[in-house]
Amino acid sequence: MTNQIQEPELIALTVPLPIKRSYFSKFMTALVFFLTAVAFLPLGSVLLEIISKGFANLSLDVFTSLPAAVGQEDVKNGFGNAILGTLLMVGVGALWAIPFGVMAGVYLSEFGREQPKSASVIRFTTRILSSVPSIVVGVFAYGVIVANFKSFSALAGSFALGTIMLPIITLTTEEALKLIPVNVRQASAALGGNRFQTTFRIVVSAALPGITTGALLAVARASGETAPLLFTALSSQDWPQGLFDPAPSLAVLIYTYSQSAYPEQKALAWTAALVLLSLVVIVSVTSRMVTRNRLQTR
Amino acid sequence: MQNKPSNPNSSETLIQLSDLVTDISVPAIQVKDLSFYYGSLKVLQGVNIDFKQNHVTAMIGPSGCGKSTLLKSLNRIGELEGKIKIDGKVEFFGQDIYSPKVNINRLRNQVGMVFQKPNPFPTSIYDNILYGVRISQQKHTREELDEIVETALKGAALWNEVKDKLKKSALGISGGQQQRLCIARSLAVRPKVLLMDEPCSALDPISTLKIEELIQELKTTLTIVIVTHNMQQASRVSDYTAFFNTDESRIGKMVEYAPTAKIFTNASNSATRDYVAGLFG
Ligand SMILES: Nc1ncnc2c1ncn2[C@@H]1O[C@H](COP(=O)(O)OP(=O)(O)O)[C@@H](O)[C@H]1O
Ligand SMILES: [Mg+2]
Repeated sequence: MTNQIQEPELIALTVPLPIKRSYFSKFMTALVFFLTAVAFLPLGSVLLEIISKGFANLSLDVFTSLPAAVGQEDVKNGFGNAILGTLLMVGVGALWAIPFGVMAGVYLSEFGREQPKSASVIRFTTRILSSVPSIVVGVFAYGVIVANFKSFSALAGSFALGTIMLPIITLTTEEALKLIPVNVRQASAALGGNRFQTTFRIVVSAALPGITTGALLAVARASGETAPLLFTALSSQDWPQGLFDPAPSLAVLIYTYSQSAYPEQKALAWTAALVLLSLVVIVSVTSRMVTRNRLQTR
Repeated sequence: MQNKPSNPNSSETLIQLSDLVTDISVPAIQVKDLSFYYGSLKVLQGVNIDFKQNHVTAMIGPSGCGKSTLLKSLNRIGELEGKIKIDGKVEFFGQDIYSPKVNINRLRNQVGMVFQKPNPFPTSIYDNILYGVRISQQKHTREELDEIVETALKGAALWNEVKDKLKKSALGISGGQQQRLCIARSLAVRPKVLLMDEPCSALDPISTLKIEELIQELKTTLTIVIVTHNMQQASRVSDYTAFFNTDESRIGKMVEYAPTAKIFTNASNSATRDYVAGLFG
């Protein structure tokens, strides 16, 4: 027979690969390491710069004091008000963005299949919203809240930050829910679970780590936004006075101090950057831990 | 039994239903001239079959002949996957399950289902068992709940293996244990019928044996319908066997339905004889 299969040849395991192949493999490995290092260079240097310059002025006063007037020597100088303002506005923003975003994500993932037209319109607009430049969101919040209340306010700032968080939360929630396998939904239905019970008791609860990660990602992103706050919350030298007054924030403080002519303000901008960075790191580490703990119990 | 004044018929209906249940000759589920469509694609035609109370009925046949589809039409779970249409009737103790008045969650509460792949919820073993009980809004004390869990796990021959880790994740036990957990979870809501779609196809031989033994025990209190690809399994566990097949039209039909012994030794249809002899499928 002509097309009979030949018995394969036995090759000793110690025979090396052809020289060309092994050189190519080594070269590619080196290239991968090199390009990774290059990609890390800017990131690493930014981090190093912030940490080294920011640490110099780090003290308890920074967290507890108000900004001192320029030129005053023996007064405690800090930006506790800006930290509080950032927490306030990000917190209030998250407070409305998380429920709306999660519900929209639930709609897209669980109900979108029956209403493909409206779901795809919502998904499309959400994607657009997530890529709208933040300064445009700031102008929008200015038009909706500042122009109507005739005053800059923390409320307007929260509204702008929430608007930035909303699409991120919606899209990550949808993704997290879609990862939950269909057979778990079937199991719930087969036990007599109705739509609502299946969605909230089983699907959302199983996707909670993913939803949490998405929400915290959005929070981290919003904490660093400056442009929308310049249009809405503006800034203040005093402690935040409530939702209806202008409020200071770390991002705006970094922005103004870094352009300041006074060296002590410039120095404090680095410290504020370090504090903001730490806040974001704490948020994302927490999110990782929440996720990991959930996974361990699985 | 509650008897709401707003529904004068309810006590009457209850009496009729309990008569049906005590009369063992009434089929638990009766399929009458059923044709089934996914969208406009017809996959089953003219199926007539009675599932006898407290018996095990096996459904066998080559892949794609509609066994899973028929099974899913009995608790209407196929509707989750998309638009479906049926002709004919399916009756659960004499009640048309496709009638618009039917509360689909009541139906599924009484017609439990075990799937091909074990599908525990990503929660504890304890919470898995109680899910069906909790969503049915009945109030139970802590002790009652513990008892339901214990009874269900014992019923599924899993109690001894998991009694010390009830609060541990259900995803941490073996595949065979997960499948018995899924059976226990169905038993906890005390269904009248249990549908099983190739429940052992993802399991090792020892786990398979355990589940087969379990099926024998369960049929004293339950009606079981099982789809299986394994001829030996069908002949070991079932009292009746239905053979399904397709032709070039790709529409599934029931070819023969008879006591299991007859199907495996003396089938009337030649296709059935060839299939159980392992000649195709
Ligand atoms: N959700 C679905 N939508 C459309 N067609 C389906 C769906 N599920 C099954 N089918 C088709 O129906 C036929 C019967 O499938 P199934 O009931 O799974 O067969 P079996 O369980 O006997 O292998 C197959 O041709 C399959 O492709
Ligand atoms: Mg199947």
